[in-house]
Amino acid sequence: MHGLRYALNRAAGRSYHSHRITPITIKERITVKRLSLAIALAGSALMAAAGSAQAVTAFVSNEKDNTITVIDMEKMEVTKTIKVGQRPRGIILTKDGKWILVCTSDDNRIEVYDAKTYEKVKILPSGPDPELFVLHPSGNPLYVANEDDNIVTVVDIQTGKVLAEVPVGVEPEGMGASPDGKYIVNTSETTNMAHFIDTKTNETVENILVDSRPRVAEFTADGKQVWVSAEIGGTVSIIDPAEKKVIHKITFEIPGVSKDAIQPVGVRILNDGSKAFVALGPANRVAVIDTKTFAVEKYLLVGQRVWNLGFTPDQKFMVTTNGTSNDVSIVDVANLKVIKSIPTGRYPWGVVIAP
Amino acid sequence: MSFGIGALCRPITCVVLCTAVMLTSLPAKTGAQEAPPPPQSEPPAAAPSDQPAASEKAPDATQAAEPAAAGSEADEKAKGERERAAAKPMPGAEKINIVLIRELHDRAPPLSLLDIPPADDGIAGAKLAIQDNNTTGRFMKQEFVLDIVESDKPEVLAAEAVKRADGGNGFFVLDVPPKTVLAIADALKDKDAVVFNAGAPDDDLREENCRTNVKHTAPARSMLADALGQYMAWKRWSKWFLITGPQPEDKAFADAIKRAAKRFGARIVEERNFAYEPGGRRTDGGFEQVQQQIPSFTQKAPEHDVQVVADEGGLFGEYFPYRTWDAKPVIGTAGLYPTSWHPAMEQWGATQFQNRFKRISGRTMRARDYDVWTAVRAVGEAATRKKSSNVKDLIGYMRAPEFEIAAFKGQKLTFRAWNGQLRQPILLTTAKLPVTVSPQPGFLHQLTELDTLGIDKPETKCTAYATP
Repeated sequence: MHGLRYALNRAAGRSYHSHRITPITIKERITVKRLSLAIALAGSALMAAAGSAQAVTAFVSNEKDNTITVIDMEKMEVTKTIKVGQRPRGIILTKDGKWILVCTSDDNRIEVYDAKTYEKVKILPSGPDPELFVLHPSGNPLYVANEDDNIVTVVDIQTGKVLAEVPVGVEPEGMGASPDGKYIVNTSETTNMAHFIDTKTNETVENILVDSRPRVAEFTADGKQVWVSAEIGGTVSIIDPAEKKVIHKITFEIPGVSKDAIQPVGVRILNDGSKAFVALGPANRVAVIDTKTFAVEKYLLVGQRVWNLGFTPDQKFMVTTNGTSNDVSIVDVANLKVIKSIPTGRYPWGVVIAP
Repeated sequence: MSFGIGALCRPITCVVLCTAVMLTSLPAKTGAQEAPPPPQSEPPAAAPSDQPAASEKAPDATQAAEPAAAGSEADEKAKGERERAAAKPMPGAEKINIVLIRELHDRAPPLSLLDIPPADDGIAGAKLAIQDNNTTGRFMKQEFVLDIVESDKPEVLAAEAVKRADGGNGFFVLDVPPKTVLAIADALKDKDAVVFNAGAPDDDLREENCRTNVKHTAPARSMLADALGQYMAWKRWSKWFLITGPQPEDKAFADAIKRAAKRFGARIVEERNFAYEPGGRRTDGGFEQVQQQIPSFTQKAPEHDVQVVADEGGLFGEYFPYRTWDAKPVIGTAGLYPTSWHPAMEQWGATQFQNRFKRISGRTMRARDYDVWTAVRAVGEAATRKKSSNVKDLIGYMRAPEFEIAAFKGQKLTFRAWNGQLRQPILLTTAKLPVTVSPQPGFLHQLTELDTLGIDKPETKCTAYATP
């Protein structure tokens, strides 16, 4: 139970160290108490998972440390810290599960690591200042958002060749791929649009206005919706890719949390289409959303400035990267409980979990 | 207490002073020779037509080996070209003109050569905003065009504004002194036009002299002083020794500091007036005397935690850090100072914004550039959201409570409905780096924490908005 005690201390330490003397802290303290109960309850669930799971491994990019924290999801502990290039942000797994790809933004390249041995395999070109990327559902090519250059760079991950550069809006960021592979959706933070890129022609075919500073684009598994989070706008727009129209906008309200602090970034949707999770940045919460009604069911208190989310392959657990508290929170997806915090490097940014 | 020291070293500094005056008055010489000046028309930030679309470019031959280091000069040039291409308007786009009005005036050069404003202070911010607007405009079939009017005569500027408003222009961004803000706002009173004050921090423009056709993207002095005051409260530096310069704006800054002290539980232990000859830059061989003067000037002050310098012109405040009698930090207009922008700001995605600015202007971004950028972007944002280029529509939308803009401050910025002031976080910075951003944690508000900075609705003296 050492880990559990750690999680508690960590959670309590958070509110102690933050210099707030506000009702928010009180609220957080209450939730921390609840958390202890949640951890006790979830203990059994964890044991069960540990029995069946293989060595599932989470990789967390630490933006300020130039490292990747490797977490054994079975033991829920850090097993290794990999030194990588400068300012690692977006991080994904190849479809065959063999490679970890990480955008090292300040080195203007993508570094490829072996998902088992953690050895560096090679370096891919990315175009300048790569931030987020997505693989074509077929496994290749890679589509990279170049935040400082208003383009999306298309890269063949096998040959390392740049296949195309697609001009988009100002400050390209979020990248989503439609499950049928027809479209890549890129969001541009200052143009405030979701750009649909046709993967055959590598040209934008539709540009859909969303709210301010769109960060992440995520398709549902059936390809019928794209969810686009708007960090400054404070909303998530649901786009119908067939009609290329915004069909719904989700807003958030958390008692005791300033509206300005509610800043949606990471979005993950369960494969069965039942629930979606949205990281709310400095609100320190992840919203749980019923995908049928778009209603927010619950807010999960996690670490500070939560940005990105990742599921385990069986989708039983979700990892959240908490930038300013230098840790990740582990969410029990079935019970919608935060069960543990694990310390990482400084400013954890992205996360991907390999089977 | 008042110490006159300017006369001491005037003879020594004349040569340097004269050079500096010539440097700063350059824009005045180019812009305002004989009145009325020919208003400069700025073509939209369009790419040369032979610029190939990026997608047609030969793919980068970079192989799996180490890619070429980005950030090189050629690399930056290519990015700049792509940015201009991306901002190129679509044929048949609807035009939206934005007029930038600058009053050119001679002012005493600041102490530091680093602080001498570039000739395109503010203009470069407008140009970047036009480019940013046009990148979105390309998708919306809208084209933003910048028109710059400069003169040293307020009446000329007002007449030019009226002429343009009559010609259908509705958006005026001002970098002019407070009196001229009012003159232009009143001249445009009955027209379909909105004025953005991007230059004057004076609270009276937002309060007793508020106008419903004026929005303020420049932070008010009271906001700047409150931003400092909150951080002092957070640090528990509650005893302030205030040093005030002789200029009217120094007194105004000192008044805002006194108000902040009262609001945040600090005490002004003493206010001392610093007298000097305006423009008496003691640069050439000056340090020996300054090294003697500042300690003696700051001697025998009551016990204090910080020294607050009120010197908006930057004419003497920079002499204080490291020279004060007591080893206390200097804040105010020197040392740690409040500002809407800093050239080393990198949080909240600002790095790319700074890079784009550098590519378009060849220098780093100043607060004036940022305040102008925000004004021009506000028009762009309204046009995008409203999907319209109609002046009346856009002005109406900018008054609506749902109007908001993203401006690299980590949260949405909105206009206060009771006086047109843009709410925004204020950076507290040293010359090199931002130190913190106010509002500080713990300063709460029932609507938005941003309203803990400056004059809030219950205290406002602005009545014009109450009876529309």
